[in-house]
Amino acid sequence: MASDTMAPRSGRRLLSPRAGLTALAVVLSLISIFPVLWMLTSSFKTRATVTDGNLIPRDFTFDNFVYVFTEVPFARYLWNSFFISAVITVAALFFHSMAAYALARLRFPGREKLFGAIFATLLVTAPVVLIPLFLVARELNLLNSYAGLIIPAIFNAFGIFLLRQFYLGLPKELEEAAVIDGCGHWRVYWNIVLPMSRPILSALAIFFFLANWNAFVWPLVATNDQALTVVQLGIASFQTQYGSNWNYILAASTVAALPMLLLFFAFQRQIVESVKTSGIK
Amino acid sequence: MSSVAAQQRRRSVAPAQAPVSADGPRLSRKHREWLAAGLFLAPDVLGLLVFVAVPMVLSIGLSFFQVSGFGSYEWIGLGNYERMMNDPLFWDSMKITGLYVVILVPVLFGVSLGLGLLVKQKLPGVGVFRTALFLPYVISLVVVGVLWKFLLDEQTGVVNRAMRAAGFGGESWLGSPSLALGCVIAVMVWVMMGYYMIIFLAGLQEIPREFYEAARIDGAGPWTTFRTITWPLLRPTSFFVLLMSTVAAITGGLDLIFVLTNGGPANGTSLAIFYIYQQAFGFGEYGYASAMGSFLVLIMVLISAVIFKLTRGGRFDDGE
Repeated sequence: MASDTMAPRSGRRLLSPRAGLTALAVVLSLISIFPVLWMLTSSFKTRATVTDGNLIPRDFTFDNFVYVFTEVPFARYLWNSFFISAVITVAALFFHSMAAYALARLRFPGREKLFGAIFATLLVTAPVVLIPLFLVARELNLLNSYAGLIIPAIFNAFGIFLLRQFYLGLPKELEEAAVIDGCGHWRVYWNIVLPMSRPILSALAIFFFLANWNAFVWPLVATNDQALTVVQLGIASFQTQYGSNWNYILAASTVAALPMLLLFFAFQRQIVESVKTSGIK
Repeated sequence: MSSVAAQQRRRSVAPAQAPVSADGPRLSRKHREWLAAGLFLAPDVLGLLVFVAVPMVLSIGLSFFQVSGFGSYEWIGLGNYERMMNDPLFWDSMKITGLYVVILVPVLFGVSLGLGLLVKQKLPGVGVFRTALFLPYVISLVVVGVLWKFLLDEQTGVVNRAMRAAGFGGESWLGSPSLALGCVIAVMVWVMMGYYMIIFLAGLQEIPREFYEAARIDGAGPWTTFRTITWPLLRPTSFFVLLMSTVAAITGGLDLIFVLTNGGPANGTSLAIFYIYQQAFGFGEYGYASAMGSFLVLIMVLISAVIFKLTRGGRFDDGE
């Protein structure tokens, strides 16, 4: 607002810098969403018109979606992805918030060192340890099972780190009162700290769900069973099988992307918040 | 950090408060706290140990073995590293990775910073712009790969249609090695720019507004303001973005490569991480792949150290 009063100093120009920037933002936004829009509309085109170069389908059809769900166990893929992502998210949030609570709030010898060690694991990125992780999973008989898709994906220091930062910022008075009243640490965590961390938990929940729904490399390595195929693997093999039947491939892609797009529109604030907090140290 | 820790070390509850527990031998308040901490930490610490720390160590160990098939390990010392040194395909993949990182990271940095500055302005509908620019990030790299393969198709793709309509000839985008690598980079920028935009936006919003007001009163133009206020105060964010995007560039993108180019054409997009994956899971060369993976980690550590030095660890204590 303050800047508005300063603007007309040199007389009103026809094209203010702000109008120029707005125009730029419009153009960039269109470039950003255009490919996604193209995918969505193309999935309603027929085999003959899918490559016709029009954004709006001339002969609108749902058949591609019917085909995808009847020719391929796509519903199964979706369920697998949903189930795996949901279990990972719930388990990860539970374990991470417990660990973060201990690291932020409980006093024990070696606490800072342990936190440092946990933080250091953030530098170990998954693809680099893919091979030994595969061998460990094989030794533990985790290959080709839901457990194998779920358990290794739970443990990630990123969530512990963010939650610990959040807990360090919480006011201590509430827990102290509870401790004086004779509450154990579990009750303090469960009844006081968890409810207070609802905003960050919901932000992280969406973030974890998103990341695991989109996961591809570990499921590719850890499974080869049709019954365990997750949606991203389904899309990838669908694409190799159906070559240039773009109408089917794009319909399948749309089905895989749509839940995340809807989740994004519904929980935009939380997603953006979790990204923001991940960048502030 | 240290002040928070110090605050916590200060005991705020009288130690004599320890309530008597009814069951078992009475533990002191201190020991009960230790026990609780252990139990709270156990699942995550165990999980990180088994699925992150052990594999990391194993990766180095494995690199000294010739692994052929199920559980057959033969110690070959530095044999895998020797093989790596003499493997032209590996060095090609390292060259491609170098080129990829050197182009992708600065472009992504510049674009995201530009977008962050743009969506920080009080523009009408700025919330919509932020949403639109972030949107590609929520789509999986597999779907992104499929989608861009469709858009970049030489005959039927929208990109070539638009180019022909504008009077240019179409290009075989994914058909020539250098163009294909450029496409992978462009697609990565398109996917990731919204994520780093938000991180830059958060960093920009941390800068106190008074600084900008003071600059305006001093009559500083936008460029001077950026150079003297925004850029130095944004250093921690820049450090974070540089480090994250470099690590992500070196180790990520496997999904996109699989779907968009599968390493081709003529190995033109065969990034090191892709080559390592192929050796391990395509040919069962777990030992050899581990050697190359360990080498890649070493490179990553060195690059991180350089970035750390260049950005002075993201601190800006030399300012005032």
